[in-house]
Amino acid sequence: MPELLEIKNLRIEATSYPPGEPPRDVVLVDDVSVSVAKGRVLGLIGESGAGKSTIGLSAMAYGRGGVRLTGGEVWLNGRDLRALGAGDLRALRGREVTYVAQSAAAAFNPAQRLIEQVIETSLTHGLMGRTEAEARAVDLFRKLGLPNPETFGNRYPHQVSGGQLQRAMTAMALCPKPDLVIFDEPTTALDVTTQIDVLAAIKEAIRDTGVAALYITHDLAVVAQVADDILVLRHGKKVEYGTTAEIITAPKEAYTQALVSVRGIDHVEKAPAPSVLSIQGVTARYRGTHFDVLKNVTLDLPAGQTLAVVGESGSGKSTLARAITGLLPPARGRIVFGGRELSPALESRTKDDLRELQMIYQMADVAMNPRQTVGTIIGRPLEFYFGLKGEAKRKRVQELLDQIEMGKGYIDRYPAELSGGQKQRVCIARALAAKPKLIICDEVTSALDPLVADGILKLLLNLQAQEHVAYLFITHDLATVKAIADRIAVMYRGEVVRYGTKTDVLTPPFDDYTDLLLSSVPEMELGWLENVLAHRKMESAGN
Amino acid sequence: MHPILRLVVQRIALGLLLLLAVSVLIYAGTEALPGDVAQAILGQSATPEALANLREALGLNQPGYVRYFNWLGGVLTGDFGKALTNGQDIGQAIAQRLGNTLFLAGCAAAISVPLAVGLGLVAARYNGRWPDKVISGITLSTISLPEFVAAYFVIYLLTQVFPIFQPVAMVFPGMGFWEKLQAVALPVLVLVLVVLAHMMRMTRAAILNVMQSAYIETAELKGLSPMRVIWRHALPNAVAPIISVVVINLAYLVVGVVVVEVVFGYNALGQYLVDHVAKRDLPVVQAVGLIFAAVYIGLNILADVLSIIANPRLRHPK
Repeated sequence: MPELLEIKNLRIEATSYPPGEPPRDVVLVDDVSVSVAKGRVLGLIGESGAGKSTIGLSAMAYGRGGVRLTGGEVWLNGRDLRALGAGDLRALRGREVTYVAQSAAAAFNPAQRLIEQVIETSLTHGLMGRTEAEARAVDLFRKLGLPNPETFGNRYPHQVSGGQLQRAMTAMALCPKPDLVIFDEPTTALDVTTQIDVLAAIKEAIRDTGVAALYITHDLAVVAQVADDILVLRHGKKVEYGTTAEIITAPKEAYTQALVSVRGIDHVEKAPAPSVLSIQGVTARYRGTHFDVLKNVTLDLPAGQTLAVVGESGSGKSTLARAITGLLPPARGRIVFGGRELSPALESRTKDDLRELQMIYQMADVAMNPRQTVGTIIGRPLEFYFGLKGEAKRKRVQELLDQIEMGKGYIDRYPAELSGGQKQRVCIARALAAKPKLIICDEVTSALDPLVADGILKLLLNLQAQEHVAYLFITHDLATVKAIADRIAVMYRGEVVRYGTKTDVLTPPFDDYTDLLLSSVPEMELGWLENVLAHRKMESAGN
Repeated sequence: MHPILRLVVQRIALGLLLLLAVSVLIYAGTEALPGDVAQAILGQSATPEALANLREALGLNQPGYVRYFNWLGGVLTGDFGKALTNGQDIGQAIAQRLGNTLFLAGCAAAISVPLAVGLGLVAARYNGRWPDKVISGITLSTISLPEFVAAYFVIYLLTQVFPIFQPVAMVFPGMGFWEKLQAVALPVLVLVLVVLAHMMRMTRAAILNVMQSAYIETAELKGLSPMRVIWRHALPNAVAPIISVVVINLAYLVVGVVVVEVVFGYNALGQYLVDHVAKRDLPVVQAVGLIFAAVYIGLNILADVLSIIANPRLRHPK
């Protein structure tokens, strides 16, 4: 069977411009070979920097920024893309290969109606007339489960939801009847309950149209649901290449095995204990709005334990953190912390209130001053709360660095010289420096690769055992919750819909929303998607 | 009410309020000038009785705010008063010159705006390559020349070296449209050269800024031609900054071109204002100042409104 896409010994380089150093060439992809036959789906998987998007775009002979194909061959439909000129490439892009980006919200032109963008390639490449293209777009909208497919395209991108935009982008990619579609993390930015629907829609569209696809993601459980074959990448090199069943059930390489068994943390929930934080009937809204983002929230967090707050975007979980820290004084309700009632507003809290309640954020990058060294960043709370100076401060900073397992040699470095995981560790050390009773962790592992995130979670658990600090752990990721929580609160539209110990919350019978949430988390097994969808269909038929 | 309509009404109301404040400033500013209008009119040799009579006749003995409201009332009913120096009705004198000013500005705008945007698009398309460098080089050199230098250069080139045009841009009432166009050709050319660079640079910068967006990558991956990417996907998202720079330049074409008017002997509002400033003819200065302020504010409201309309989020709310 002739291959549709054949990549041989691909090598891709870019020029990097490190500050204060001469520019140098870096190799992004080295000696990677893959092939995709008509109608097959190849999953490309790896952490950030593994080169998966770069390889995906090479199938369109497209390099972002200064990225260059410097070696190997890319064959599509029997032609070597590296030998084609700009005009020939334009004729091929959008006609034989199309692209679905991670963030459809950014990838759609905000100033144009959706339908115009969806049918644009069909018209500019002369593939069909306007009427035919519009009919096909409406047909695809219907197939992808978009509401009111006849009129959906008349809307502008800002008028539809993120999940709908992602489907519209899939429709845009399929409209010109391409031979190959590149899906670049198409569900990563979506909520877990939306992800499953979009994933199912994409899978069905691939099956119905018989198109071949490259499916790029960092989530092995997701790619296992759609791909026929999987290529595991790391640092731009091939780790393992095989059928999906081989990779999931019998991974050969250590790295793949680690990916498959990720989130294997066993955490036994702790026995009940007196509360360090007690949130009583808190209701809050943002200024100038007429809508409560928190509705009568009541929660307890035992000292030295972890309360995980889960929910989708817009559920109010980050607003809860803002209410506790005093950034958004609640309209009603009390917050009792360490046996005393906290003043609602930040300005009237004591220095001890501030010290005992610390925060760690999702984006470690922007939570640190890029012009301060690690020593200054961690030393700041030591000086502010404990008046430590000079050698004493430096000694304590080093102790904290040892605690976060970073050791010597980091104290004089700048944030830009650290990896994503190390940056988050420094933020943890900074929070720890204040000797807090409670640390609010807001999506602290969401921006990290799975293995790195795993390391951070283990560190947080160790620190809890040593320092007896409590965590309020805000996340949308249920795997993280299972790994770390003692208690769980499920939030939906500003309300706590389920709350209790981890065992209680995760044991049936469930309420509808928790059931939907739990069953939407992709699991590392073949056929999971079909099973869930079939199960849901049965249930709704039963009702 | 549609949110756009509400925003537009808001902007216009604010503009009127601003214009009112400006009228107070203009009036107070000109009144605060040292010297006595009656003295200025009658000269040093005037008798005290004559001065007193003239002050009475001009209403100069009334308190300032009473005179301001009298003046404002007149302006609102279209009566700008009479020029002190020659007793002419200011409204009539201005009407004809304002027409000339708008004609010159309109001709310059009709050429320079499309030309600047077009050149900006081409420069953005060939960013960093020779067409970009040539366009930037030429427009930057023309903006760097003082207007009168550019004007004399153009006069020398097109009336002496290549005698195509008349060096003087005289227009009279009753001239045909075509004759008028010929008469203003040279000043229009100079004005185009002066305003081109600013608008062209902003168009180029706004487009290049948008070219970093993810949706431009989407458009490129659709295999669209570079000019289509710019025209259909970049320009519609870059109009707001372009509009505001275009409008600033339009305002300049109306209120800031006195040097060009003088060089070409073109009888328009700028020259009229400068003449009467020299003669200390305050009613004229006040009237022309107010008209210039109104043009400026009006054009800025227009820019605001156009930017609002160009924003799909405001045009099509959720």
